[in-house]
Amino acid sequence: MCLLNRLILSAAALLLAATPALAADEPHFGKPISPQDLAAWDISIGPDGAGLPPGKGTVAQGEAVYAAKCQACHGEKGEGRPNDRLVGGAGTIAPDKAPVKTVGSYWPYPTTLFDYVRRAMPWDRPKSLSDDEVYAVAAYILNLNGLIGPDKVLDAESLPKVKMPNREGFTPFPRWPPK
Amino acid sequence: MGRKRKGAPEPAAGNGILNRRIFLERTLIAGAAGLGAGATGAAAEPLAVPRWSKEPGTDFTAYGQPSHFESKVVRTWAPPANPATPGVGSSRTPHHLLDGMITPSGLHYERSHSGVPDIDPEQHRLVIHGLVRQPLVFSLEDLSRYPRVSRIAFLECAGNSGALYSAQAQPLNVQAIHGLLSCSDWTGVKLSTLLDEAGIDPRAKWVLAEGADASGMSRSFPLPKALDDAMVCLYQNGERVRPANGYPLRLLLPGFEGNMNVKWLRRLKLVDAPIMTKDETSKYTILLKEDKAWQFVFPIEVKSIITRPSPGLTLKGPGFYEISGLAWSGNGRIRQVEVSADGGQSFAPAMLQEPVLPKALTRFRAAWQWNGGPAVLQSRATDETGMVQPSRAQFVAERGLRGNYHYNAVASWGINQAGEASNVFA
Repeated sequence: MCLLNRLILSAAALLLAATPALAADEPHFGKPISPQDLAAWDISIGPDGAGLPPGKGTVAQGEAVYAAKCQACHGEKGEGRPNDRLVGGAGTIAPDKAPVKTVGSYWPYPTTLFDYVRRAMPWDRPKSLSDDEVYAVAAYILNLNGLIGPDKVLDAESLPKVKMPNREGFTPFPRWPPK
Repeated sequence: MGRKRKGAPEPAAGNGILNRRIFLERTLIAGAAGLGAGATGAAAEPLAVPRWSKEPGTDFTAYGQPSHFESKVVRTWAPPANPATPGVGSSRTPHHLLDGMITPSGLHYERSHSGVPDIDPEQHRLVIHGLVRQPLVFSLEDLSRYPRVSRIAFLECAGNSGALYSAQAQPLNVQAIHGLLSCSDWTGVKLSTLLDEAGIDPRAKWVLAEGADASGMSRSFPLPKALDDAMVCLYQNGERVRPANGYPLRLLLPGFEGNMNVKWLRRLKLVDAPIMTKDETSKYTILLKEDKAWQFVFPIEVKSIITRPSPGLTLKGPGFYEISGLAWSGNGRIRQVEVSADGGQSFAPAMLQEPVLPKALTRFRAAWQWNGGPAVLQSRATDETGMVQPSRAQFVAERGLRGNYHYNAVASWGINQAGEASNVFA
């Protein structure tokens, strides 16, 4: 290679190294947001209660919320029909029984009840209940299932501690990840 | 006509299943004629020139629709349990009336919990937060600037074929039983690209995905899947994702049960453990014979169905028929599909229609000489991991019939002497 060519190549290499415009930009188009500014969307509740908001509700308060906003679809005292049954079915998860899956018989975590009711219920006006109303209606449904007493107050502290009968009823699917 | 011609298809399994060579050789017509000509012996009518050859057709259309003669090729759905809550449930793809591997977008199955939202793409946002270095928000315009990838992938609702969990076979067709299954060409951004930008905290092990619909549908999935082949999709079969399939943005977790491919995607939260949402505890778990339920049943395991012949597509007398169907596996490519016409006593390999892609529907075809007698048609798929679709007996022996979800056992269509097909257990 002649000297001139080498000089040209060296100059080109220097130019490449020194010119930012020629270096590839990684595409970064996300806009930073603070946890406070996304709080209105951060509604998922972990099984340990992480994410539960302040507030509280009683079984009696929940009964009133239920009658007004839930009963038309879920039946009197959570008996179901036309939509999902919420109460009963105790013991039907046992072998060879016809399973009746309800909050009381099947759901492993009480936190799921708060998470789901707050985000998705009532069906025609989801995300309209106050946090106090969600605690209250969760208390009512858990009481109907015999899992808490009639005087229990549910809040961020007490809800995750409610013992669900089917808590140990699940096992991870054995064939994933594939061998 | 009784003389056997060169290239005539040879029997490959019992009750008329023929060698698949018929699909590969140029002697298809001659070979088939040798077997089937007797059934259509009458001479054709003289040809007249039809009206549409003698007058101009219609003008262009802004968005094309199928011929009005195809008005029966539509999705169907069961009436809702509660008329006051429409849009809860699902509509099903009419596989008995389709062919190929791609599902037309307008016939892709639909599943929603609180109806299909009408999302303004200008206002839609995706937020990535939780165990990340920097929470980020993306507009659709932001997302459209990233390098894009496309892949063809099936989606199957975990509840598809759930009717076969019943003890007795119900009088249902392929759409009613197996219609929660579709396959599209999806285009979008690799999820790993976006997660890298947010910066993954080493404590993160799972990702919560959440929709912007009224139900706020949400599921947890393992972070390794996010970094493997997960995508956020903007396009379906070349156009923007249809509203019922997640417009303007949906998650695609290729091979995982449909419910996890969260539509109307608005939020991804990196967490150290699953959130235990309603749809990964009270639903989408498989209650076994014993008093335990499988949870986190992510992959759709190897499966196949025969779409033709099937209930409603009555055979027109003895002779040659193509048996056609679909095979798929959430664990990779389909390696083989075998078909049987004698209820599984004997099988022969079907032809796999190219392309055969991982985690996509694969069309298969087999040749069948129907003798006019009773038959039970079955297909059995094997995927590239070596997993073989179980018989119904094997399936029931493993998990019982309390599971509701992920039914993937070999399915059977009975054919009677009138050529009518029906759902049977064999």
